[in-house]
Parts: sequence; C-alpha cells; structure tokens
Amino acid sequence: MRIVVCIKQVPDTTEVKLDPRTGTLIREGVPSIINPEDKNAIEEALKLREAGQAEEVVIISMGPPQADAALREALAMGADRAILLSDRAFAGSDTWATANALGLAIKHLGAYDLILCGRQAIDGDTAQVGPQLAEYLNIPQITYVRELELIDGRVRAKRSLEDGYEEIEAPLPALLTITNQANTPRYPHAAGIFRAYREQTVEVWGAKEVNADENQVGLKGSPTQVKRSFAPEPKGAGEMLSGTDKDKVTALVQRLRSKNLI
Amino acid sequence: MDFSFPPEYELFRRVVREFAQKEVAPLAEEIDREERVPWETIKKAAKIGLMGVPFPQEYGGAGGGEIGYCILMEELNKVCASTATVIGAHTGIGAMAFYLDGTEEQKRKYLVPCAKGEYIAAFALTEANAGSDAAAIQTRAVRDGDYFILNGSKIWITNGDIADVLTVFAVTDPALGARGGVTAFIVETAWPGFRVGTKEEKMGIRGSSTAELFFDDMRIPKENVIGQFGAGFLTALKTLDVGRLSLGAGCLGGATACLEMSLDFAKNRYQFGAPIAQKQAIQWMIADMATEIEALRSMVYRGAWMLDTQGLTREFSTISAMVKLYGSEVLDRAVDKCVQIHGGMGYMKKFPVERAYRDARITRIFEGTNEVQRLVIATNLFRKVGVRIR
Repeated sequence: MRIVVCIKQVPDTTEVKLDPRTGTLIREGVPSIINPEDKNAIEEALKLREAGQAEEVVIISMGPPQADAALREALAMGADRAILLSDRAFAGSDTWATANALGLAIKHLGAYDLILCGRQAIDGDTAQVGPQLAEYLNIPQITYVRELELIDGRVRAKRSLEDGYEEIEAPLPALLTITNQANTPRYPHAAGIFRAYREQTVEVWGAKEVNADENQVGLKGSPTQVKRSFAPEPKGAGEMLSGTDKDKVTALVQRLRSKNLI
Repeated sequence: MDFSFPPEYELFRRVVREFAQKEVAPLAEEIDREERVPWETIKKAAKIGLMGVPFPQEYGGAGGGEIGYCILMEELNKVCASTATVIGAHTGIGAMAFYLDGTEEQKRKYLVPCAKGEYIAAFALTEANAGSDAAAIQTRAVRDGDYFILNGSKIWITNGDIADVLTVFAVTDPALGARGGVTAFIVETAWPGFRVGTKEEKMGIRGSSTAELFFDDMRIPKENVIGQFGAGFLTALKTLDVGRLSLGAGCLGGATACLEMSLDFAKNRYQFGAPIAQKQAIQWMIADMATEIEALRSMVYRGAWMLDTQGLTREFSTISAMVKLYGSEVLDRAVDKCVQIHGGMGYMKKFPVERAYRDARITRIFEGTNEVQRLVIATNLFRKVGVRIR
C-alpha cells in the first residue's frame, strides 16, 4: 500500500505580521514550517506504515525551491520519498490550480491507495485543496478526520463535527483531511535530520514532468484572484467590567440597552 | 568565508529548541527543587537521538558532529542547565573518551548503547586530592593475568550514581607519573566491587546528580583499557579539550536566556511612569550582555567547525580552553546583570532567574577551573616561542 501525503510550507503565522501600508505579509526573518495539520497527516501515514498497513509514504508539496526544507523535515520524520512540485508555471496558483497540479503529480506518480492532507493551512485557512484534489481525482473524500483505521481495503474514519463526530467508511483509494485531534506529530529523529540532508534526495518535478497544461495551473488556471489584502483597523482598548458577577451582568445589560442593542 | 549554518543544522536547532521548550523547560523548576534526575526527559531525548548527537551514525549517533552537539548544549542550557549537564556528562566526556580513543570492539560494545541512550555514561577522573592537579590521582589498577584489579575512590562525578558505564582513570605505574603511569578504563557499574558513596547536595545544577564512587577489588578485563596502556592521561586531556568547547556552548545558551529574560522584563517593568528599558543604566547592561554573547557565539562555532574539519589540533586545544574560560565568564556577567535588571524579582525562587544564577556558578569551576584554562592557554602560547611553563 502506498500513502501519499500532501503538505504545504507556510510562514510560522505566530510570528507573521502584515505591512499596514501595502497589506502584504512581512516574511523577512519569519521561519517557514510545515503546516501544523499537515504534520498530523504525516504522522498518521507513518503510524499506518509502522503498523504494517502500508509500505511506502510519499510526500508531495507544491512550492518555491525553499519548500525543499519542509520536504527534508518530512523525510527526517521518516517518510520514504519526497517530491517537490516547483516551476514558474505553478506560481500564483489558487486552491483550484494547486489541486490540479497536485492531482497531475499524483497521476504521474502512479498507483496509490490513500491520500492524506492536513485539514487546512494556517496561512490561508481555506481547507479547500484536499476536497478539490479528491474531486479532481474522482475519489471519495472524508474531511476533518480525527481517527482512522484501514479494514479490508476500506477506510473507516471519525469525522469531527461541531459537537460530536460522524463515522464514515469509504473504499480505497480515498482522500482524507486530518485534524490536529488525530495525533501528536513526532519530533524528527536527530539522525534522520542529518540523513535527510546528506543521504536522501528531494525529487523536483516541473510542469513538463507532470504534463501540466498551463491553463490549468498557476495564475492562469486560478479562477479566484486576490483583489486586496489588508490588516483590520486596530480596535481601541476594551473596557473591563469589575465587581461581582451580578454587578458585571447589570453593567453589561445597561450598556447594551443604552446602545439600543437589546 | 561563510558564517551561516547549513540547512540541516537550522532544522536540527529548530527541533531541539521545540524539544527544549515543550519537554525540558516545564520540569526545570521541579527537578531543581526536588534534586532529581529528569528520567522522563532523558528517555524522550534518547528516543529522538539526542543522547549521542556528536557521534557518527555507524555508532548509533546522530552524526551531528561538534557543531550539532554545541547547538544541542546551547538550546538545552537556555531552559535547564541540570538536564543539559546530565546529557553533557554522558555524551560530551563520559562516552566521548572511548569514542576518541576506544577500539572498534569497545565502540561496538559501549559507544553504540551510549549513543542510543540505552546506557548512561560518566567520566571519573576527580579524586579528593586530584582535581585541577589531575596527575595526582591515587586510584590504582594492578595487573592480574587478563584482568586489572581496581581500588580507590572518585568524588564529584556527574552521573556517577546513575551511570551504566564509567570512564575511569587509574594509576598503573606510580613510578612513571602522569605521562605513562595512568591508564583509562571502561568500567561497568554492574560489576562486583562498585559502590556509590555520598551524593552531594549542590548550589546549582541540582537536577543532575554528583556522587562519590568506590572501587573495591573490582576486576576489569584487559580489553577494557581505553587507548594505549599508560596513556590514560592523554585520553583525559583530549576528552576534556572536546568537552570544554561544548561547555562554552552551554554557557552561550545560558547567557542568551539571561539576555532574553532581561529584554522581556525591561520592556514590561514600569518605574517612574515608563518601562525600565528607557533607562540608560538598563540599556548599557543589555548592550554589554549582547555584545559579549555575540563574541562568544563566534568563538563557540568557530571552535566546533575547527574540530569537525581539522580534528584535535593543538590550536583547537587553545581555542577550546578560551571558549570555556570566556564562555563561563560571559555567563557569569550576564546572569549577574540579569538578576540586577530583575531587581527583587531576580532574587525570588518563583522566577527562573534565581535558578539561573545558582546554575551558572559551576561553569567557572568544573571541567578545569578557569585558572587552569588560563594556564593551558598561556602554556600553549609560550610553547610557540620556546618557553616551557613548569
């Protein structure tokens, strides 16, 4: 069994700020990391391999050459193979074009049984690429997965809802998006880190290798366009109500009334 | 000339930093208060290969070399000097001795489990009458067929009571003295004749254990001699040369933490209507700390690069003594300023500054006092101009 895990390199948003004038991300000095829930997806794949339920874990990422670092980290965690989709033709891709490119790469890779993605990326928060990729490949998808098991060529998963979960079963191959409830990703082994850089390779595939039509990927293949990005106006300091619970509730109700909100 | 770290070291640092913050820091206060070795952390460290970072992968190590090991010591010391000391005594001197001078069989038998963290190692040189004067050791090993019979005692041995294997230095020919008369042995603490004496109560690094060890008619097989028979003193010097550099890396971490805590405190502490960061008195202390830390950082990693690329040279020996000397004194000044900037808050046990102050003091003393480091540096310098220091 082969598991493909799609990951994205993102800026560590706990350290990201927007330039208030241009509305663009200030990326200088901000470390790049594997998107946190993509790490949960990697961990889930590695656990299945260690349980003897899969033979190979392949990591795919689309991104600039610097995304090599994310793929090396995935190798250090224990993945068997890493592929970087990198080409000027992919630049400016929205989620649709990204799903197209990943889908082409997975078709180029050949047979696969399970595709795991993180639920969503911390920089865009769309949670779209996984589902779009499943649609592109025309395979079943289960999103928001917190627990999964493989039984006789099928996957059974618990899908998180607001206040509970659904149990869903699907035939393989299938695509699942994994949440941070699923597991705690392992630290890469120290020896794995040095091996990932000194002995292992990250394959780089361009648009040609995966037979991408330039109208399907990149800016041209993207139906959505960013018109403007901006930082929300900073709000003034809030007012803290003090006193007993009763005092605070009374004061709050008064204020809401005075503004005609209730 | 390129002063940047290769990407594998950047990733290694990020992983170690996360490990230090999530797994090591939360226990730092508790293990200091309870004077206990953080076994749970050591087990986790072993699982991800942090007990053998400098050693080659063929011996179960991470293959991180001295640069990787210095990164580990720097990052661990930022959050917990005790945990760093347990791992440092194990890797940096205990196992380092038989990595540097051991036979292939010894490395297979002892280095591999040490690098994997299955065994804990310690370095047993110091005795009641032999500290800085390492040549004055009295522990004796007498040949008996295929064995040596070991008798004597060691004091202040970090990890001494928790170790599975010890690098022990003993006199094998009193007539020859240090050069030729001392031999290094690998000793298993499970062998008959081993006994732990007093466990010391210390000012700092209280989450590491420091013990007195006794050897009573202990039989050591002759294949456990490290390096050349009679050349144990050289093994000790080489091991300490390497250990001193990583000790300086630890000081770099400790001093960096002092700077970070001071910046944070000065930003948030208001006096006379403004953060104390606005006071020149504070600014100058911060500027001095940061400047010395940058100088130390350059020294540490240049030293590590020298060892990884050129091996143990005489020049390296001088540099590592300088790094230990300068590093421990930079830390000493940084931690003192850190307490001063924090004022009363720096004196109270509920804040980590007080612990950092106690933990720092040992670095000017152990693995060769700073006075001995100055002697090593001056001896090496005068040797170049033909003067032999006696």
